[in-house]
This record gives sequence, structure tokens and C-alpha cells, in this order.
Amino acid sequence: MFHPDQITRTTCPFCGVGCTLDLHIRDNTIYRVTSPFDSVVNHGNLCVKGRFGYDFIDSPKRVTVPLVRKTHQAPGARHPAFDLDEWREVSWEYALDYATERMTGIYQAHGSGAIAAYSCAKATNEDNYLLQKLFRALFRTNHIDHCTRLCHAASVVALQMAVGSAAMSNTAAEVIYNDVFILTGSNVTENHPIIANQMKAAIEKHGARLIVVDPRRIEMVNYATLWLPEKPGADVAVFSAMAHVILEEKLYNQEFIDARTENFAAFAESMRVFTPEYAEALSGVDRQLIVAAARLYAEARNAAIYWALGIPESTHGTANALSLINLALLTGHIGRQGTGLNPLRGQNNVQGASDAGAMPWHYPGYQRVDSEPAAQKFEALWNIEPGGLNRRPGLTTTEILSSVGSPGGVRSLFVMGENPMMSEPNLNVTREHIEQLEFLAAQDLFINETGAYADVFLPAASWAEKDGTFTNTDRRVQRVRQALPARGQARPDWVILCELAQRIEERLGRTSSAGWRYTHPSEVLGEMGRGVPEYAGVRYERIEREGLQTPVWDEHHPGTPFLFTDTFPRGRGKFHPLEYSPNAEMPDEEYPFYLSTGRVLEHWHGGSLTRHASLNEVYPEALMEINPADAARLGIPDGGPARVTSRRGSLVLRARVTPKANPGVVFIPFHFTEAAANLLTIDALDPQAKIPEYKACAVRVVPAGEEDLPDPQARLKRGRY
Amino acid sequence: MTDLIDLTIDGQAVSAPPGATILQAAAQLGIDIPTICYHEACTANALCRLCVVEVQGSRTLVPACVAQVSPGMVVTTRSERIDRSRRTILEMLASSVDLSDSPEILARLQEYGGDPQRFDESERRAMPVIDDNPFFVRDYEKCVLCWRCVQVCAEDAQYAFAINFSGRGYHTQINTFFEKPLQETTCVFCGQCVGVCPTGALKPKRQYLLEQGVPADEIRAQTRFERRRRR
Repeated sequence: MFHPDQITRTTCPFCGVGCTLDLHIRDNTIYRVTSPFDSVVNHGNLCVKGRFGYDFIDSPKRVTVPLVRKTHQAPGARHPAFDLDEWREVSWEYALDYATERMTGIYQAHGSGAIAAYSCAKATNEDNYLLQKLFRALFRTNHIDHCTRLCHAASVVALQMAVGSAAMSNTAAEVIYNDVFILTGSNVTENHPIIANQMKAAIEKHGARLIVVDPRRIEMVNYATLWLPEKPGADVAVFSAMAHVILEEKLYNQEFIDARTENFAAFAESMRVFTPEYAEALSGVDRQLIVAAARLYAEARNAAIYWALGIPESTHGTANALSLINLALLTGHIGRQGTGLNPLRGQNNVQGASDAGAMPWHYPGYQRVDSEPAAQKFEALWNIEPGGLNRRPGLTTTEILSSVGSPGGVRSLFVMGENPMMSEPNLNVTREHIEQLEFLAAQDLFINETGAYADVFLPAASWAEKDGTFTNTDRRVQRVRQALPARGQARPDWVILCELAQRIEERLGRTSSAGWRYTHPSEVLGEMGRGVPEYAGVRYERIEREGLQTPVWDEHHPGTPFLFTDTFPRGRGKFHPLEYSPNAEMPDEEYPFYLSTGRVLEHWHGGSLTRHASLNEVYPEALMEINPADAARLGIPDGGPARVTSRRGSLVLRARVTPKANPGVVFIPFHFTEAAANLLTIDALDPQAKIPEYKACAVRVVPAGEEDLPDPQARLKRGRY
Repeated sequence: MTDLIDLTIDGQAVSAPPGATILQAAAQLGIDIPTICYHEACTANALCRLCVVEVQGSRTLVPACVAQVSPGMVVTTRSERIDRSRRTILEMLASSVDLSDSPEILARLQEYGGDPQRFDESERRAMPVIDDNPFFVRDYEKCVLCWRCVQVCAEDAQYAFAINFSGRGYHTQINTFFEKPLQETTCVFCGQCVGVCPTGALKPKRQYLLEQGVPADEIRAQTRFERRRRR
């Protein structure tokens, strides 16, 4: 019999579900992952990433020594270096001194506006808190953002406008209490697999009925009562038409509207135009389906809405999310168990990174940087002279890069764990901006597409090699525990940041220290709790066995499974009148297809981790999903190569001919650098949330030759949907 | 609050909620009933029959994992008849299945005085280890057909329906449809099946390699594709 040397309990580093993992370890090697069957989030179930996706830790490509580039990278002449021959191994002292020297030099010459940082929704709350503290307290810049900008920014903005909160209102496992639920813009079986299992059980075992509103025939359609196959970006039309029907047929909850909401009249007036006929013309959804969906949702006892990135990743993402919120306010399906508004967060810790203030407009806890009391509070907490913190809201992810090269723009970028050269829209333009940077630092496990452009590489410890906390999609703060010694010279992110901060502080000659001498991440979370009321009661010793759901107002508070029972954080829920607006780019004769982008089950985002794991062996290449009718018309067989071209770029990949794609819509996952979907996507932004329109742009598809494929050998039969 | 049901197990009175099984009621009293196929996260199917007990008035032995309590029920969990039944089940498993990774079953065999050589002439299950994916191997010589993997692949968790029984009688085995490699089935490699396997028939690839004596640093340094290329 084979026994582990140790079993370490921790939290999964992939998606926002936040599954509990038991890592079985022998000879410093994770060889088996299980999950306790009484785990509160996932009940012992895992997906392929959680159970088998850990071996990136040991990838031969992982970098575990600090590196600097051998040749100086001048702005405009930066070139990518994936080959270690172009890097010089250096000591930690040298690398940190070098990064300090370069960043402080730029800061002193060009001021705080020249300094920016990307934080990381994969890293812990503590790492994120420290990164934003470093850049705010030392460089006095608010140009700090992370990938929430590229995923749920519009959901957050809409929720803050309408109810004053920015998270899932309910616990994911509450789906079994739904009588009816709407799933929209969320391919949940691949992106939140454990929540998908709970949804399937809710339908099959607890009698819930599902309405899917999605431009793809996702797997959950097999379980749905109604599927509304809308065109990409027609969300406002469809959901406002549902509101129109609910208003026409008086299916709304008058009592709730009177007691808990405001601005109803203006909203109702704006819904008059959204007849089912009008919505059908805009969205392609049969008007009868819209009427049936409206009745099903409104007449349910308990109904909830779950959405993911199909809603926010749009130039009208805020309006899309508001159209969902309007529906919940109209019917009163919020504030009770089994109801609610639930944006399913993508990253394991995107909720936490947002809570920790890794955003340009907010200090930790969504306290605005331009609010004088908030600024004073953090000046006191960080031991900064009054008036020292920058009150001007900073630039967002996409704005940071697009400012590079213009007067007064960003010159120095510090990237912790992100990979904008895969994840930004319109990558050709992103590259031009990256090339213009004066200084770029990457803190990561791998030299990814972004790190390849860096001047200095700081090797970070993986999630299994450090302590900390993640906050999952239903606001549960859970422990991350060190299971392995860090490989090579890698160090935990929080340690690197503290080392760097002390050097910068000294170099800038600051007379008082903001405080960087932590002995353990628990002290960092404690400090964060003093600045963020919602985290005031979260302590490591309280979450050893089971996580706590924020808000946790004090050390005796039991946490909050569902929000808005009696009131909304902003008082009354606010209806928002809406208008339909088309996508920034609509299909035309030249570019007749909609392109939608997203993820697949086996991979994670820019691929830094999963493409270095055995996960890559079951999904080794990018595939474009295309409807059989479209493929036949174009003469593209299943598995045949196709060239996809937008106004911004072009790539070749194999087609997967499947009814999962609707006619007129193709889908490409964005994990694969060989066929990077974001070469094609458009960098148009939602005006309020600054989120790019990843889910809809116009492309042309033509057959291509095998020889045009980046890697013709990488081909695998697959059976899953 | 629903009324509890009163019954007697091994002479001790116990009250259990309606719908509770004899196994659950016995657990309240701290009475240990052996099981193999039963798992708290799976639907019980009474396949292994190791949990059989005597119920007064019942002609046959009753599987405790699925039989529900009823008012006035009188249950016996150990007797010569029960022990003989359990011992025979364990001896038959030991004679045909590789139980080397099943310490709990081997401990039960010893507890019930079973003779692993009793059915010495029997044909042992012998089939090659199936290594068709990067994540786990399937060694059905070790499979006791508990059905947990099939259950979690279906309605107990994943709704993937990638595996089921194939073959008949003695040749019954867990398999994919048409014996396709897992990659070509509806399998999503969630590994729920590996998580509930009681005998090591389903085993993570890294664990399998470590047991085969492949050094840990070698396993860490290579992906499966690289291993295959070296061969």
C-alpha cells in the first residue's frame, strides 16, 4: 500500500467556485488530489483542472531564478525573449535592486502618472492588497487594475449603480432552492463545472426549470425548459422585452416595487418600445419564446438569474447587466433564499482581488479614491502624510496600455501574474504599446507572452507553495495553504512585494514607513480588515475549517450567505431606463460572421498554467466552433483548417463543426498563442465600465490548407460536448 | 418535526427518522456494519451484499444500506448465517480480484476468518491496465464492481454518462461504450470516479508511476507526451 507523506488541505487555484482540495504529497510531489465529501462548496466533486491540473508546478519550462535581460530594451525597440539565452540569471538582491532603480527613476523623472501595475486575480487577497498598497502608498498612483476589467467590470458597475453591491447576492449551492432560473452568457459546464453539476441536480432532482439565453447551444440547453438563441449582443433587447411582457401582463411584484425600489415610472416608460416583435427583429429570438420566458420567470415563487461574461464583455455591458437587474427588481426575485442576481466570477480570486482594491477607482472595499474620508482613512492606515494619497481615479487595464507612448502616459508597468499579451483585445495594438514601455517587470511562474517583453523577471511561488486566502464567487474567504517548498529560488508574491517595497521606500527617502515587515500573510489580511469593514471579522483562525462569506462585520459575525434581505446597500434598488444599442462592429458583407470568444473546460485564460500542464494533452490546439450549415456552405469539413480574419488580424485553426455554434456565429477560445483569438477581437470599450467587447466582433471565414496551421500534428479525437 | 421510528438493533432500542436505512440507524448506536460498495456521497445500490443483516420476519438476508427502518423492526447484525454470507462474499472477491490496494476489504476478510484460497481453482480477473489518458489509469483486475464510478459519472454528480457495465456474468466489467478510449467518450476527466474508487482500480497517473518505482523527480520533470517520446 502506498501512503502519502502528508495531505494538505487548500483551495483550488482555477475558477471562482473555490473547491476544497486535499493535496496528497510524497517525495515533494503532488500525486493525487481529492476533496472531502463534506466540503461546503463542492461536496467532494472536482473538475479536470482541480483534480489533475496541478502539474504546471513542475513544468520544465517554469522559471525559478530571477532574471534580467542581457541587452537593454529601449522604448519602441523591445522584442520578446522566450529563450533563456536572452536572459541573465541574477540574485534576488540584484533583481529587486534593479526593479527598484528603474521604477523609482521613472517616478522621479515623470511623476506618479508614469507608473502602473497589473495585479492578479489568481494571486491571494494578501498579494493583491500588498500590490495596490505598494503602488498607492509609494508611487502615489492609482493606475492599478487587474483582469476584473476584462471580465465582470460591467456587472460590478451595474450592480453598484442599481443596488450598491458588487458580488453574487446568493450562494451558488442555493440553486437547488430555485423554482426557475435564468442562465445567460455563461457556459457553466465548462467554466464553473461544479456549479453546473449543482444546476443539473437542481433540475433533475429538485424540479427547477431552466431558461437559457445564449448565442451558443451550450450543454445546459440539454437541461433547459426554454432556450432563447439570441444573436451576440442582443441582451438588452431580449431582457427588456421580457420586462415589457411582465409590465403588459401585470406580472410584476407591486409590493416589492413600492417598498424596495425607485425610478420605476421612468423605467417602465422606457420599456414600452421593447415589444416582443421589436426584440425578435433585433435578437433573432422567436417572440413567443420571449413571452414564455417572461411568464415563467415572473410567475415563479423563487427565481434567480446567473450570468457570466456574455453579459458584461460588451460595449453595452453595463446596460446588459442592468437589463437583468431590472428584471429582478420588477419581480422581487431578490433578497430571499433561492432568488437573486448572481454574476458567476471567473477567476479563483477575482472577487478577492476586487475587494482588496486592485482597481483604479477604489481603495480596498470599494471605497472611492476620490472620496476624501476614504483617502484619509487609508493615509492613516498606511502611515502616510495627510493629503499624500492620489485622489485622482487611475486608468483601467486597457487604458493603461493605450496611454503608453502618449505624452503624460504610462512608462513603467509592473505585471504580477497577468498576461495582457494574450488577454487584451486587438493584440496587434497591445503589442505596439508594450513595445513602447520604458520599463516592464513580470512576476510569474513562466515567461509568458507578456513576460517575454520584460526587463526583469521575478519568479513567484505557485499557489501550492504559499499561504494566503482566496475569496470565491459567492464571497467565501477560504484558506490557501503551503503544501510544497517553493521550487528553486521562487518566492511567494507577498514576500517579493514586501522586499521590493522596502527598497523603494528607502530609495525614495520616505521618512515614515507604510509598514512592510509582515511575518505571515495573516497579518496582511488583518490589516486589510482594518480598512475594509466587510472583512473586519475575517481571521485565519476562523476559516481554518470552513470559509466565511463576506460581509463579516466583526469577529463574532457568522458571515452572510445571501444579501439584501431587508435593504440594499444603496437603500432602494434603482430601476434604470434602457435603450438598445448595437455592438461596436456588426456583421456585414465583407465580414459576415459574428465571432464570440471564451474558454474551454481544459484550459485557463492566457494559458500560462494549463498549457504547461498535462491538461494541454487533452486539448492541444485551438478549435473554432462553426455551425454545420455554415461549414457546408463554406466547404470546411469537421477538423478542416480555416482562416478567420477580422479588420484587425487573421489566424488559421481547425474547425469543429458542431450545432453548439448557432448559424452565423463562430466561437474561438482565447488560450492558444498559436491562434490567439484576441488578434481578432475589437478594442472598443463600454463607456461606463471600460470593458472590451470580447463577445462580438465581425469576421470572415474561409477554408485554409493544412500547411497554414501552426501545428498540424496537434490533433486529437474528442467525444465530450 | 416528523415522528421518529422506533426499532431494535442487536437488542438495543433506537429511533430513526422515516426514510433512514438500517445502516444509518445502526451507526447511531455505534454498531459497525461492513460495506464495500456503499459510499455516503453515492446512491446506495446493495450490490456487494456485505452489509446484509437479519430482520425478524424476513426470509432472506436484508442489505442494510438500502433497507429502510420500519416501526417495531427487530434487526440482528451478527449471526452465524450473516457471518457465513459475508465471509463467502469476501472469499470470492479475494479469489478473483487483486485486493492488494484494498486494505479495508482485506481487514474484513481477516475479521470474518475468510480463507483467500478457498476457491483456489477459480479464474482470476486478468486484463491489461488501460492507460489511455494523461490523468488516470484503469486497472480492472482490482475492480470489485461496486458501481460507485458509474454512479458519480451519472446522476450522483457529473451527468456525463461515460461509463457503464459491459459484458455479462463473470465477465462483467466497467467500461466505456464500445470500449472507446476515454478521450473519445463523453468523459470530461473530472475524476469523480477516481475519488470514490475503493480498491485502487482507478488511480491517478502520478500515483501509478510512483508505485511502479519511477523516481519522483523524473515524474515531475516530464509530461506524458515526453515520456511517450522517450520510449
